[in-house]
Amino acid sequence: MRRNTGTTETTHRTLTVAPMTTRKRIGTAGALAAALVLSGAAPAFAQEAEATAADVQTNLDNVFVLLSAVLVIFMQAGFALVEAGLTRAKSVANIMMKNLMDFAGGALAFFAVGYAIAFGDGNDFFGSKGWFLGDGAFQYGTLTVPVTFVFQVAFAATAATIVSGAMAERTKFKSYFVYSVFISGLIYPVVVHWQWGGGWLSQMSTPFIDFAGSTLVHMTGGVAALMGAIILGARIGKYGADGKPRAIPGHNIPFAILGTFILLVGWYGFNPGSELAADGAIGGIALTTTLAGVAGAVMAMLTIWLKTGKPDVAMTANGMLAGLVGVTAGCFAVSPIGALAIGAICGVLVVLAVFFFDRVRVDDPVGAISVHGVCGAFGTLAVGLFATDGGLFYGGGTDQLVSQAIGVGAVGAFVAVTAGILFLALKFTIGLRVSREEELEGLDIPEHGAPGYAEDVLAGAGEAGNGSLRSSTLTPA
Amino acid sequence: MLQLVTAVVKPHVLDAVREALQGIGVQGVTVTEVKGFGRQGGHSETYRGAEYQIHFVPKVKLEVVAETADAEKVADAIARAAGTGKIGDGKIWIVDVGALMRIRTGERGNDAL
Repeated sequence: MRRNTGTTETTHRTLTVAPMTTRKRIGTAGALAAALVLSGAAPAFAQEAEATAADVQTNLDNVFVLLSAVLVIFMQAGFALVEAGLTRAKSVANIMMKNLMDFAGGALAFFAVGYAIAFGDGNDFFGSKGWFLGDGAFQYGTLTVPVTFVFQVAFAATAATIVSGAMAERTKFKSYFVYSVFISGLIYPVVVHWQWGGGWLSQMSTPFIDFAGSTLVHMTGGVAALMGAIILGARIGKYGADGKPRAIPGHNIPFAILGTFILLVGWYGFNPGSELAADGAIGGIALTTTLAGVAGAVMAMLTIWLKTGKPDVAMTANGMLAGLVGVTAGCFAVSPIGALAIGAICGVLVVLAVFFFDRVRVDDPVGAISVHGVCGAFGTLAVGLFATDGGLFYGGGTDQLVSQAIGVGAVGAFVAVTAGILFLALKFTIGLRVSREEELEGLDIPEHGAPGYAEDVLAGAGEAGNGSLRSSTLTPA
Repeated sequence: MLQLVTAVVKPHVLDAVREALQGIGVQGVTVTEVKGFGRQGGHSETYRGAEYQIHFVPKVKLEVVAETADAEKVADAIARAAGTGKIGDGKIWIVDVGALMRIRTGERGNDAL
């Protein structure tokens, strides 16, 4: 995702001159589209409007990016299923609700202030134009304001929803809702302004590269998740009397895998959509995205298989997501082989990270910190190694790698501090964690009034039995 | 006289047991999904690389009421169908039944079988 500031290294690709026959067809289609657009206002002039190939390209860009936004919004369903599947049934309604509100509350906050802070004109650190999409609301290139906003709000919600999994099964809903509004309305928009909003990261002598958000979206969510999980503490029972981590199996592996597939599909909006134009680059981005995801899954499977003797299903799913997160920063800048390497390394890294956080008593039920935090950071650094133009492995020296490290470090530190302050403030005011009794019972009934999987009630419509022998007594035969 | 034959068996043998019972003319059986432990003492599973104990193993409980003369035959049929020779095959026990009634007709005792 790039802004037309002139400091970014790739520019918007415009439609190249097409052969005569193709151009004619485009001209006809464009005229038809223009006629439809104009017919309401000035039908008499519709026939005279001469649509150019550029007009068609503009429409194509808007259609493509809006459809990409829809795919990214669908990733919310993937996150919800992964998190529900990898946690226990007694809190399943609670985790679904948190996912629902990450999008609903987060989108409201991003509409009100987040979008202005992220993309509005301002200084190098935050924007301040376009509150509530009003005067000065940002639009990218040929995209309209609504299309730009809907695409960006999907990304904001992604950063927010990463956290619910790491804090699952023990976080007060009220406090989580407050967190969710703050990350989408303030924390995420600030780091986005640094790069995609034309801020200081995009203006370094060798600009930071984070094409679709390995750092800005995923690591932001992952670091916030880390702070949340640390400040909350582990779930009751996660660590035995001997201090060893214990497995708390998720209640629905099909949910988790279906969610993983939905996230994979959504990534074809996340990465190619971040080209912000329907041009020749989107196919290559889809290819690198695919290769990194599958390499991550295979390598995570092999790693856990070698370590424990079983190809663990949930860990393999984490591996696919890890590969996807890893390639998100460099999906347009690396070769297919580079993408494979990034995905494969992320697949190994995610398993080791899950074991590491388990050992140091950071209880992350779904592996969100490892997938999004660790692999988001690594994937961003990997651009400095694997970028075909400027990467260390391609003779580009260390300039890009240094810029990548600065970006990862700065975003990581900013999110750690702000999310840490936010979670501590919540902890000492309205409280961050539910009571021991509520946690043991599961959050569904105490927090929301009803379980995620309710027993059937009034199965017989509440009618009394009509047997003829109701009053007889049962005596020995 | 009536007796209740209760068997706790592995879930996957349920169909074989049903066929065996129908083969010897048993008219009805009640099945319950249960959990428990025996000498096996549960088993371990792995999740995300960590081992954890399942202390209560899932089993299926069958209950058949039969005439006392037939109770042993019922138990034998269940044992033949449910036996794999491996640990965790389960148990069968027989107790006397004090009374029996068919709710629909009010029939008692052997008539209610």
